[in-house]
Amino acid sequence: MSSEHEFDAGSNVGEDRLPGAESAARERTLGREVRGYALGLALAVGLTAASFWVRGTDLVYGPGLAMALLVLAVAQMGIHLIFFLHITTDPDNQNNVLALAFGVLIVCLIVFGSLWVMEHMNHNMAPMQELMQMQR
Amino acid sequence: MSTEALRAPPDPYQLGARLAGAHAPPQVTGRGAGGPAPKRIVVGYGFWIFLLSDVIVFSSFFAAYAVLFKNTAGGPTAQQLFDLHNTAVETGCLLASTFTCGMASLAVGQRSQKWTQLALLATGLLGLAFITLEAREFVSFVARGAGPSRSAFLSSFFTLVGCHGVHVTAGLLWLGTMMAQFYAKGFRQDIRHRFLCFSLFWHALDIIWVAIFSLVYLVGTLPPELLP
Repeated sequence: MSSEHEFDAGSNVGEDRLPGAESAARERTLGREVRGYALGLALAVGLTAASFWVRGTDLVYGPGLAMALLVLAVAQMGIHLIFFLHITTDPDNQNNVLALAFGVLIVCLIVFGSLWVMEHMNHNMAPMQELMQMQR
Repeated sequence: MSTEALRAPPDPYQLGARLAGAHAPPQVTGRGAGGPAPKRIVVGYGFWIFLLSDVIVFSSFFAAYAVLFKNTAGGPTAQQLFDLHNTAVETGCLLASTFTCGMASLAVGQRSQKWTQLALLATGLLGLAFITLEAREFVSFVARGAGPSRSAFLSSFFTLVGCHGVHVTAGLLWLGTMMAQFYAKGFRQDIRHRFLCFSLFWHALDIIWVAIFSLVYLVGTLPPELLP
């Protein structure tokens, strides 16, 4: 049994990975695998090019540029997760998805929490020069 | 019409439904075939947990960079230092190497020594090109008096981007080891599991780089009045 279901690093050849997909008709072939990676590469290149284009253009509303770049970055990370790291809805992948969700939660807490706290501390702190004056 | 044909199709979301085969009902709860998950799944899950903890380490460096970004202490700012052409070439190298790493995974699936070695060699050379460009950038910053000790902004920049560079360097050593092991020991199951971990590591490094080039380089060089 283990040899039948043991498949290879990053390769889904011969294995139905999509629940709900008709297993026999849509068997994974090498050609399909290569096309999957090529599609992932094309999307990633497109999003990278879009990021650099957005950075250089004046067609996008200026104050929204940072948010636009953030959205493009998150989109590209999603593409990488799906096409390169093969995070799917497959039953074998459920643990990975849950771990990823927890990781994203922690990352958001660390990054946005730090920014939020430090923003308020900066706001409430006396300017550095006044502090120096007081210490003299 | 037989009762067989009238029965509802098996639920693909049911635990163990896939492993029990199309027609055999699951014999036990959980994984239909019984027993623990295949080793490949367990190995991948364990390494995925490590990668996520690594991502959390990077997230604290990102937070430090975002907080300290404006503390340039009168020294050079991101806008004065960063060269986006260099960043674009680095991004291209790393993206291409992630693709060739995927091709290496497929070559391993096909048990092709020649294509595995070729794809891994391409991955390694592209990674080497990336790390060389990054080292040149760091050296030029230090030569211009913008080393990590110049300001809090530069300390956090060198920590964040340097940590990614150290990961890529470690990945290159690992990649060389994998090439040697595939060559010397063939496509043994344990070697393939190691390679699965390596490919996950390499793809994850590219995900971190996506965040770095977007947020550190592209957002960092926006005019100050456009920053949030």
